[in-house]
Amino acid sequence: MPYLTIITFLPLVGAIAIALLLKRDDARGIKWVAAGFSLVTFLLSLVLVFLFKTNDPMLQAQFVERANWISVGQFKVEYFLGVDGLSLPMVILTTLLGFLAVLISWKISLRPKEYFSLLLVLETGVLGVFTSLDFFLFFLFWEVELVPMFLLIGIWGSGRREYSAMKFLIYTIVGSAFMLAGILWLYFASSPNTFDMIALGQGSVKEGANLIFLLLFIGFAIKLPMVPFHTWLPDAHSDAPTAVSVMLAGVLLKMGGYGIIRICVTILPDAAKYFAPALLILAVIGVLYGAAVTMVQKDLKRLIAYSSVSHMGYVLLGVAALTKIGLVGAVLQMFTHGTITGLLFMVVGLIYDRTHTRQIPELTGGLAQRMPVIAAVFTVAGLASLGLPALSGFVAELLVFIGVYEKYQLAAILGASGIVLTAGYILWMLQRVFFGEFNPKWSDLTDAVTVERVAVFTMVVVIVLVGVAPAVVLNMVNTAVPTIMARLGS
Amino acid sequence: MSLADLGWAILFLPLISFVITVFLTRSRPKLCGYVTIAAIGLAFLASLVVLVRVVAEPVGTAAENQASYNWVNIPGLTESLTLSLGVAIDPLAAFMLVVVTGVSLLVQIYSQGYMAGDPGYSRYYAFMSLFTASMLGLVLANNLIMVYFFWELVGLCSYLLIGFWFQKPAAAAAAKKAFIVTRLGDLGFLVAILWLVFNVDPAGPNGLNIAFLNEKTTLDLIAGAGLTWAALGIFAGAVGKSAQFPLHVWLPDAMEGPTPVSALIHAATMVAAGVYLVARMFPLFEAAPDAMVVVAFVGGFTAIFAASMGLVMHDVKRVMAYSTVSQLGYMMMALGVGGLVAGIFHLFNHAFFKALLFLGSGSMIHGTGTQDMREMGGLRRAMPVTFITVLIASLSLSGIPPFSGFWSKDEILADTLGGHGNVLLFALGLAAAFMTAFYMFRMMFVAFGGSFRGPATAQGGHTSGHTSGHAIHLDQSHSAHAVGAHESPRVMTVPLIVLAILAVLTGFLNVNGWFGGLLEEGYVVHFNYGVMASSVVVALAGIFLAYAVYGAKWISAESLGRAFGPAHKWLTNKYYLDHLYEGVITRGAVIGICAVLSWFDHTFVDGIVNGVARLVMAISGGVRKAETGRVQAYALVIFAGVLVIMGLWMLGLPNSVSGWVAKP
Repeated sequence: MPYLTIITFLPLVGAIAIALLLKRDDARGIKWVAAGFSLVTFLLSLVLVFLFKTNDPMLQAQFVERANWISVGQFKVEYFLGVDGLSLPMVILTTLLGFLAVLISWKISLRPKEYFSLLLVLETGVLGVFTSLDFFLFFLFWEVELVPMFLLIGIWGSGRREYSAMKFLIYTIVGSAFMLAGILWLYFASSPNTFDMIALGQGSVKEGANLIFLLLFIGFAIKLPMVPFHTWLPDAHSDAPTAVSVMLAGVLLKMGGYGIIRICVTILPDAAKYFAPALLILAVIGVLYGAAVTMVQKDLKRLIAYSSVSHMGYVLLGVAALTKIGLVGAVLQMFTHGTITGLLFMVVGLIYDRTHTRQIPELTGGLAQRMPVIAAVFTVAGLASLGLPALSGFVAELLVFIGVYEKYQLAAILGASGIVLTAGYILWMLQRVFFGEFNPKWSDLTDAVTVERVAVFTMVVVIVLVGVAPAVVLNMVNTAVPTIMARLGS
Repeated sequence: MSLADLGWAILFLPLISFVITVFLTRSRPKLCGYVTIAAIGLAFLASLVVLVRVVAEPVGTAAENQASYNWVNIPGLTESLTLSLGVAIDPLAAFMLVVVTGVSLLVQIYSQGYMAGDPGYSRYYAFMSLFTASMLGLVLANNLIMVYFFWELVGLCSYLLIGFWFQKPAAAAAAKKAFIVTRLGDLGFLVAILWLVFNVDPAGPNGLNIAFLNEKTTLDLIAGAGLTWAALGIFAGAVGKSAQFPLHVWLPDAMEGPTPVSALIHAATMVAAGVYLVARMFPLFEAAPDAMVVVAFVGGFTAIFAASMGLVMHDVKRVMAYSTVSQLGYMMMALGVGGLVAGIFHLFNHAFFKALLFLGSGSMIHGTGTQDMREMGGLRRAMPVTFITVLIASLSLSGIPPFSGFWSKDEILADTLGGHGNVLLFALGLAAAFMTAFYMFRMMFVAFGGSFRGPATAQGGHTSGHTSGHAIHLDQSHSAHAVGAHESPRVMTVPLIVLAILAVLTGFLNVNGWFGGLLEEGYVVHFNYGVMASSVVVALAGIFLAYAVYGAKWISAESLGRAFGPAHKWLTNKYYLDHLYEGVITRGAVIGICAVLSWFDHTFVDGIVNGVARLVMAISGGVRKAETGRVQAYALVIFAGVLVIMGLWMLGLPNSVSGWVAKP
């Protein structure tokens, strides 16, 4: 059964169904169709987890689907899908957040038909990035995701939404331009000349490996985002609608980390070793600088956006150490950051829906007394973000620290000191927004409704599950790392 | 059941009651209380069984009674990593289990009275269950990763319970402060763990197993400067958790939480976790003598430093808080001079009499509606049970024989004169003992002596702060129910009586060396009668001075305060450390740097991005004009381009570029 094709394109089918079959004013029907398609996609991806073979580390990719697509002389592009322990967790994350993004959008009233269609197209785009094993196909999906993002921020956003949408688009396209140059150069410089990512990951690059690495890396680093290429993120987040923020922080940033591991490190291992110390320094700067800037943010969404810069710094840190434990930690950190930050943005959305502000000074006034469930969930997400054990963030960060310490003690200690800053900004934010004296202007606020509760509780369950039993993700990730480590020659 | 299985059962009982109170019985507060009490009661019984078995058939080390489960597993021939969750039981853990479950049980029973009618009653018991489970996990842990795991979780519970009345701004601030300050110490602990992972075989399942780490062969392998730093890192965690100088500032503020919470978490158990951790890793510390010296002096200094602030506080809970910090310093000092038994024995005794003091002060607060001892007075008649029990605890804390504190404090003082000791430490300890006796009996004479000075119409001020959301000054919405004070209900006084009995008796456990013999092979108790005499004299002197000032009033407290004017001011302002930490370091330096970086990010990092975009727009605006549609002009440009490329070619530039990119 072509699982991956079905999973990847099912959201797109949903989008087309909504666009063609449903009436413009049938908001209810549109929402249910969107929820249905994204839910089935999620459940199907869970089936993959059970079918996934974790006992054979030499298996390169599973659920492979392969067919010739474009063939011009030597130049051959394939329709080539497959997942391994690196991409499968990302696929799960995407389908999970894709479904919850629909739920969290339940109150959208502006042009729901277009909105939900685009949301589903976005999901297909991201899924394609994680399932493609042909570099050309990968790039196509990478670009496909931009269009719905641009429109979703530009039309359903708030504040300076057009500026932010444009900034997101241009920044990413600049990155893509470098990446495309890198892809083409890689094609000609590698032997064999191919877009087959597995073959590339086993072959060698004749010349220019370092420059190719940089070209590709810039594209991924912008997406991650790595300091100093991060300033599009706070803008995009602060003006994006809730569900788009959830998808952006939850899965789109992971495309950057995924690309760095799958392509930069695996295909160009020597260049990766060459640049590793530099990346390590940038990662440490990202962690600490991101956390410091987070500390003084007044807009909740900007605050979480900057905290993402800091937390994605841990991903880069784990990768740059080029150790097995560091890599495992980095992949786990991508997964957990997706769930934790996704949840944080969901809850901020719930608060914004009710209070119509995200400015902490305006919110101040004991919101916990009117919305205990939202406050409790936000607290859990915040605690997960600051790396509390039994919640998912802790394991990932611990593994990153161990993995980095193995080679670079100072970088590990500096990175670890970020946990103090994180505790600072998270708890300070919770205190100002939820605790303290009650502000009477919030007397009419209501707590989360059922559909919202389903969404946020699902996330809480995932966060606790991964925190208590990290093996559910680690068993997958463990199968992918030996291949990468073999490429690095250790 | 094996001992390890019993350990798991003890850990899971309160965890189960946490789950039940959160998901099943939340809407029925009373039931939440009963479920919690039942679970912890069972855990207490199981702990007693463990203790009896450990005593009956000495197990020696933790190595033989453990059971682990893989938590994180990264397999492979190289760079494999296994982190496990596991329990280990030895006499030290067994005693600690009894302390934690025993005090917790009494506190939960007491809380039924103290927290009666609180809108957050269910939440209170849920958090208390979670705390007890986490604390037990910390005690039972057989490896450092699991210690750290639960170490952070008790920190979380402390955060949640200090901030239990989150509508009080002071409580919310204190909760945050406690978490962040302790986390500074935890960073040291974490780094120590990282060091140990790579210096003790990380591949084997023994990775961070405590029994394995403490083995002589392991320690011989890793001895040196690195080990000293690792020990200091672990100690940094202990400094945060056990509120030692300079990270002690969170504990007095933590008194914003409900008083039973203070009794359990911030007196008897969690704050003792730092001491427990050092004791757990005692062989490792002994292998790093330089670190031991640091432990001893930080402890000794904290003992006198905190006691000095206790002298001038008016809030009864704050007096207790500084007293706790001071006594924890005592325990650290004992460990630092090699007195494992003395330190742990004091921890054991202190847990009971300090819990009693807190629960007693809770009873005083409950009965008078104030935390300020100046507004109390005459409570010995109004609250006889509270009076007698608190008196016993005060005598014990002051080190008056035959109460429990006397025995363990004495052992500590004797150890400071021992092989690894130092006369300076002995002097610090003795001075702290004097101050302790003084501040305790200052409170006794002011609060229980004289006549009631509280507001006569206290009832009118009865507030319902939780529901209306207004700030309340009190620990709780307790106010005097009638004119004057009243004794607390039996559900509160019975735990006081039980703890008072323990405060009298537990000191005798080591008179013949029984307690110490279980903890340390070849332990022999020896009494230093000179030390005993001097410490009793000092304690009596402290009590007498308190009587002279606050009882008989031969010396006026005001004139005393004036006589020591500048010192008094420093003490009431807590040596200005809060000003330094919060005002200068946090608000000034940290937030300042963050604000500058944020401005930098906005102005420069983002500014450059937008600047580049504007530049491109401007250039394209100009370049657009070149698009004239005249073919000759285009041809000219193409020709120029070809010339430039040929020029570059002749200069050999392409080669140098590819040379640059080809080889790393």
